[in-house]
Amino acid sequence: MHTKSIKELSKLLHKKTISCVELTKIFLERMEKYDSKLNSFITVTDELALIQAKNADKRIAENKTTPLTGIPIAHKDLFCTKDIKTSCGSKILDNFISPYEATMTNKLKQAGMILLGKTNMDEFAMGSSNENSFYGHVCNPWNLQNVPGGSSGGSAAAVAAYLTPVATGTDTGGSIRQPASYCNLTGIKPTYGRISRFGMVAFASSLDQAGPMATSAEDAAILLNHMSGFDVQDSTSMQEPVLDYTATLNNSLKGVTIGLPKEYFDENLTTGVAVKIDNVLTELERLGAKLKEITLPHSKLSAPAYYIIAPAECSSNLARFDGVRYGYRCKNPLDLEDLYARSRGEGFGDEVKRRIMVGTYALSSGYYDAYYLKAQKIRRLIADDFKRAYEDVDIILSPTTPTPSFAIGNSSQTPIEMYLNDIYTIPANLAGLPALSMPAGFTEGLPIGVQLIGNYFKEANLLNIAHQYQQVTDWHQQIPEGF
Amino acid sequence: MTTLSEQDIRKIAHLARLQIPKDELKVHGENLTKILNFVEAINTVDTSDIKPMAHPQNLAQRLREDEVIETNQRELFQKLAPLTEAGLYLVPKVINNTEEE
Amino acid sequence: MEFETVIGLEVHVQLATKSKLFSAAATTFGAEPNTQACAIDLGMPGVLPVTNKEAIRMAVKLGLGIDGEINYESVFARKNYFYPDLPKGYQISQYELPIVKGGHLDIYLEDGTKKTIGITRAHLEEDAGKSLHEDFHGMTGIDLNRASTPLVEVVSEPDMRSAEEAVAYLKTLHTLVRHLEISDANMQEGSFRCDANVSVRPRGETKLGTRTEIKNINSFRFVEKAINYEVERQINVLNNGDKITQETRLYDSEKNETRSMRSKEEAEDYRYFPDPDLLPIIIDDLFIDAIRDTLPELPQQKFQRFQQEYKLPAYEANTLANNIELAKYFEDTVRHAKNSAKSIANWMLGELTAHINRDNLETIACPVKPQHLAMLIKRIEDNTISGKIAKTVFEALWNKEGEVDEIIANKGLKQITDNTEIEKIIDTIIKNNPKQVEQFKTGNEKIIGYFIGQVMQTTQGKANPKQVNDILQTKLKD
Repeated sequence: MHTKSIKELSKLLHKKTISCVELTKIFLERMEKYDSKLNSFITVTDELALIQAKNADKRIAENKTTPLTGIPIAHKDLFCTKDIKTSCGSKILDNFISPYEATMTNKLKQAGMILLGKTNMDEFAMGSSNENSFYGHVCNPWNLQNVPGGSSGGSAAAVAAYLTPVATGTDTGGSIRQPASYCNLTGIKPTYGRISRFGMVAFASSLDQAGPMATSAEDAAILLNHMSGFDVQDSTSMQEPVLDYTATLNNSLKGVTIGLPKEYFDENLTTGVAVKIDNVLTELERLGAKLKEITLPHSKLSAPAYYIIAPAECSSNLARFDGVRYGYRCKNPLDLEDLYARSRGEGFGDEVKRRIMVGTYALSSGYYDAYYLKAQKIRRLIADDFKRAYEDVDIILSPTTPTPSFAIGNSSQTPIEMYLNDIYTIPANLAGLPALSMPAGFTEGLPIGVQLIGNYFKEANLLNIAHQYQQVTDWHQQIPEGF
Repeated sequence: MTTLSEQDIRKIAHLARLQIPKDELKVHGENLTKILNFVEAINTVDTSDIKPMAHPQNLAQRLREDEVIETNQRELFQKLAPLTEAGLYLVPKVINNTEEE
Repeated sequence: MEFETVIGLEVHVQLATKSKLFSAAATTFGAEPNTQACAIDLGMPGVLPVTNKEAIRMAVKLGLGIDGEINYESVFARKNYFYPDLPKGYQISQYELPIVKGGHLDIYLEDGTKKTIGITRAHLEEDAGKSLHEDFHGMTGIDLNRASTPLVEVVSEPDMRSAEEAVAYLKTLHTLVRHLEISDANMQEGSFRCDANVSVRPRGETKLGTRTEIKNINSFRFVEKAINYEVERQINVLNNGDKITQETRLYDSEKNETRSMRSKEEAEDYRYFPDPDLLPIIIDDLFIDAIRDTLPELPQQKFQRFQQEYKLPAYEANTLANNIELAKYFEDTVRHAKNSAKSIANWMLGELTAHINRDNLETIACPVKPQHLAMLIKRIEDNTISGKIAKTVFEALWNKEGEVDEIIANKGLKQITDNTEIEKIIDTIIKNNPKQVEQFKTGNEKIIGYFIGQVMQTTQGKANPKQVNDILQTKLKD
């Protein structure tokens, strides 16, 4: 039952083969049984889940349903959920019970989904291994010694281990796609502005986007249908109409032109990954797609620009955590300065502090032009590269990450090496483009992901290609041993 | 090449109101130096004619009509606060004179 | 050495919107602490700002009122600093691209001199909360009701040369924002606040001296006092051979002094950058023109018109034009007495204003209505009463003792215009004052004033002074 797709589960629920309460219990039991191995959840909302499941059963009885009614889900702990702890993986919000609900989670609630819990993550979404969590690291179901990726590592591990059918994540520089790739999932970061950011705790406001993480493109499409849409509470949310992303999943790939940016197949890419990407290309050609080499000349500058812009925005976004109105406050502050410095110093982890300091420096007087402003100009060059590329191709394909997942504790010591994990995923965030990662096979027992980057609001194209690929392959249906 | 000293870290940490233990200043200095040198790569391109890009969207801001919708939720919000009295958030005495920014 | 004072002002005008600049919480003054601070105003995690359109409209209105250039694209930026009344750790303001660029205000000084004060920019920003320093067991209490209330900060050029000019500028701006109905500009409640940048330099020097910024001046009177104190302090420092420190100083109205708050070295590094939560504000001519069409007659225009239409001198025209209520009272009165505009203005700026101030009344509540004043002036002009007696009538009107003619009749204040009656009085006075008659005849013509005084005393002011003078001249020369 736990490996079934949303569509299959929904059918069984509607036919009353199984009740929402029964289905919810199956997943709650799996969480109980397996999560001690993974540490993928920060908060389990079992009582709430059962109440919601009962309501969902009522709705099914009344025939007032959506394709998501009764389907369990887990949210990354970066989304504010009313009356539920929302920690962002940080000590500073360990005691924060959100008094309001994020727009996106509210939409899914309204659609009848059952919340199983809040998933572990790198503190404030800063990290690529889920080792930067106040609640401890998360293990990869495919190899418990390895990281699940990050920052949405808890969501990725939980879906990969079938502790939940689907989960939400957020992606600022690859935080959905990289863990999706490390855990053999399909994850999509939509166009910037497609999903409301209201109630999603900000890391870098001009880059952050929420998205679904699922075991198939079809599940991701169904979820995205309900997550997307305009929101008056988010000034950057887009009024563009929401398409039915499931409607085009079965379109033929004949005539689709796929661009292969030569800069993404560089010296950082390991052979294990490169071989698998080649296999994907062969399969896509067989499905009718045309391949074309392209160039995105400023790609190499993406990570450097990103590691100025994201920290700069985060240094300001995280200034509100000051121990005054909510969250962690240090014991016995001597004075106001001490209250600030110690509440923040004790409340934030090392990587968060590092990024706040980098960002503070990049914005400070005398350095602003050389760092922040320059990085913003590079950002435009990168976006312009894509604009030119989409004159010739429909979609751009690349590896999601240069390597498969690595061992826990391996690269925590060197921030730069960790940053290089995101070199292929960052450009889509800088440009605001939609991008998806899907399973592309395994190397030495570890999953590999392939990334598809689309033009603005072309989420449907990405999901169509992924779905077609998943019709002729079964990588995405593999189940990690022991789960 | 940029190198950040312990003194630089102290200054940045103060601006960001982060207490950094003395024995960690050095390693933070080294890490930040590495990061700054990593991002230096942006200087390999001439961008003098390029307009900076602050947002992924080239759009105008949407505005809201002037309506009061919010209601008083003080009790709910202050349940989250470490220290309040008479509806006020309390902080250690602000020594600085009353400042109107 | 003689010094010249240089002053530039930064004025924070609170906009009279119903809701906040970035949230839909109310802006009402005086609510219980933190009852008007919503999640956005409190800087809670995950919430986002959405800009109030009315605040943009009002800022544009102000821009048009100061003849400034409205930027088609303006950008909100974050000003980062830590302070307990600043919940997000940054203030959303405008930095590189403010909504209004340039502009000017004409000010008129007491002596009628006109001066144009340049305005550098006017930008939108959100207000901070309030720190309450009463004793909460040695702690400070924070009320965030005011957080995110819309402000326009109007920054002038350093064009003012005296405290008097600074006050005139402030009053002109104060009147303008009230005319435009974009702010109640209540200084006590903090909806019109002023910081002054003050420096001095040797007369003739073209380079600006080191300036200090004086904060927390919350009345016109204090602006004058604070600037005068600071100018004197700076001159003393320079005369002692010392240098002025660039710093922020706080005005203490109780002690009437300014004192140092923080120096430039201690100044915060605000790390301004464009707010990534807010896209640029794009305004087109359609939007601007629609606002232009709703503009009321501005004080400057009213001033011009009062001079041309009613031939008022600059000072009177300016004073009336700059006070909405007075200007309306004036024109209502003129409607009843078409050719007496000048007298009306004089009466209004004299007796009327004095009485209003004495009784601390709003112009609208004053018991002497425009039709009363018009009638009173008519009665002076048709020689029913003298100007002096008119003051008695005015006082009676103020005390609601009746209509003008009624008061004149009841009190027997009608002017004596009958020649024979006056001649009779004069004859008696001449007879009783031979010494003074002698003096007149030997050439002391000024003594005639004494005789006029005597006549007025006898008639209780009811004789026409000119008439009395004429008769006296004839009789004394006999």
